Amino acid sequence: MSQALALPTRKDEAFRYADLAALAPLWPVSVERIDVSAGESKALQIVHSGSAPLVRELAIVLAAGASFDLRILNAGDAYGRIAVRAELGAGASFTLGAAQLGGNGQTLEVVSEVTHAGPDAVSRQVVRSVAGNKAVVNYLGKVLVRKGADGTDGSQSVRAMLLDRTATANAKPELEIHADDVKCAHGCAVGELDAQALFYMAQRGLPPELAKRLMLQAFVAEAFTGAADEEALLAAALKALEDML
Amino acid sequence: MTLLKIDNLHATVADKPILKGLSLTINAGEVHAIMGPNGAGKSTLGYVLGGRPGYDVTGGSVQFAGQDLLALEPHERAAAGLFLGFQYPVEIPGVSFVQFLRESLNAQRGARGEAPLSGGEFLKLAREKAALLKMDIEMLKRPVNLGFSGGEKKRAEMVQMGILGPKLAVLDETDSGLDIDALRVVGEGINATMRSADKAVLLITHYQRLLDYVTPDFVHVLAGGRIVKTGGPELALELEEHGYEAVAA
Repeated sequence: MSQALALPTRKDEAFRYADLAALAPLWPVSVERIDVSAGESKALQIVHSGSAPLVRELAIVLAAGASFDLRILNAGDAYGRIAVRAELGAGASFTLGAAQLGGNGQTLEVVSEVTHAGPDAVSRQVVRSVAGNKAVVNYLGKVLVRKGADGTDGSQSVRAMLLDRTATANAKPELEIHADDVKCAHGCAVGELDAQALFYMAQRGLPPELAKRLMLQAFVAEAFTGAADEEALLAAALKALEDML
Repeated sequence: MTLLKIDNLHATVADKPILKGLSLTINAGEVHAIMGPNGAGKSTLGYVLGGRPGYDVTGGSVQFAGQDLLALEPHERAAAGLFLGFQYPVEIPGVSFVQFLRESLNAQRGARGEAPLSGGEFLKLAREKAALLKMDIEMLKRPVNLGFSGGEKKRAEMVQMGILGPKLAVLDETDSGLDIDALRVVGEGINATMRSADKAVLLITHYQRLLDYVTPDFVHVLAGGRIVKTGGPELALELEEHGYEAVAA
């Protein structure tokens, strides 16, 4: 996989909502290639926190029956972009669980392209984003099912929560299917915290910040369900939420 | 002792006047029932007391336990001892009852200058109050109201009331959605939790049937945003027999 040296523009689909000014000094980004051999299981956790920008490009190749579990907490104060391409061989399994939490003016994004190259592979993607103030949170995700990849089971669940009217969420889940016997589910929603629930919680005595935190914690937790280090990820996400609210 | 004093309350929802000069005094130790036709303002009264956004007070005053209730935020009203039982309890995915109620109770206790309950102390209290309403404590480990039937939600409201221990409970159509057995359990729960010399209950209801289990000291008829008639328990029976129009005319 080669990468052009020229800085992408907004016309490049994968960079449509990117923070190009923040990207420029980090460009070109080298692609980190991860091979998972047949029957092997690997996991990776990426946490973007603090004030330095983070841009990563992963290319994961899963052989037959291999599995990979990728969890992302994208919650730094500066630009955060994690782009991942995963190619799944027969019977392989790929999980992406990502939470993005932005409370100032930063852009946070996850870009994924999951290719079901062989039959009977499973891909699960759960992305939960929370944006306050002038933050921009993006998810661009494509699932490509190649010809012959029958028995594919793919799902994308993408939800974003806007805390302020000035915040932005962009979501673009895509499916491209060239096989017949395929199960692909995708759901995508951008919304606000449920005002009725907030009043209900307040009526039981919870101050608004605490009520919001409880609801957002539950929302974000969905991205980390089943992770090896679920508790540590949740604790880090909770801290980022507390800083935001 | 006067617990709640509502004086000439006016309130609007989306600029439409709903409450038009409602006055009501509730003393500690009393159970009041407010009955009335659809659209009379019954639920609005509950929400205005709770401080729900979008329910705007345009006149009058409400004193609660010696404080200006209307000057308090919704969570401060709860900490002051006001509990609102919802007609349609809200589902909160991913947040368990246990976590929600422990945080709520401890937030209330903190606001009153009391020490927080530990996890163990809280569970003991929750178990005791759930048993009173014949609810399995395991239900409280589930997300708030999620997947609960209408009756289970109402029962859970009463368990929450028991755990939070308010001074005044305003129960908005707690009887709707309950079968006969659940109605009896809920009625007994209200009596066990709230029938005491320092507490009071305001039942908002369409029907007489809950009043078979929780006998009110006063029954009020709410129509056109005001209380148009007040009587004893016999007024509820009269309403049931003759209808609002005949009795409140």
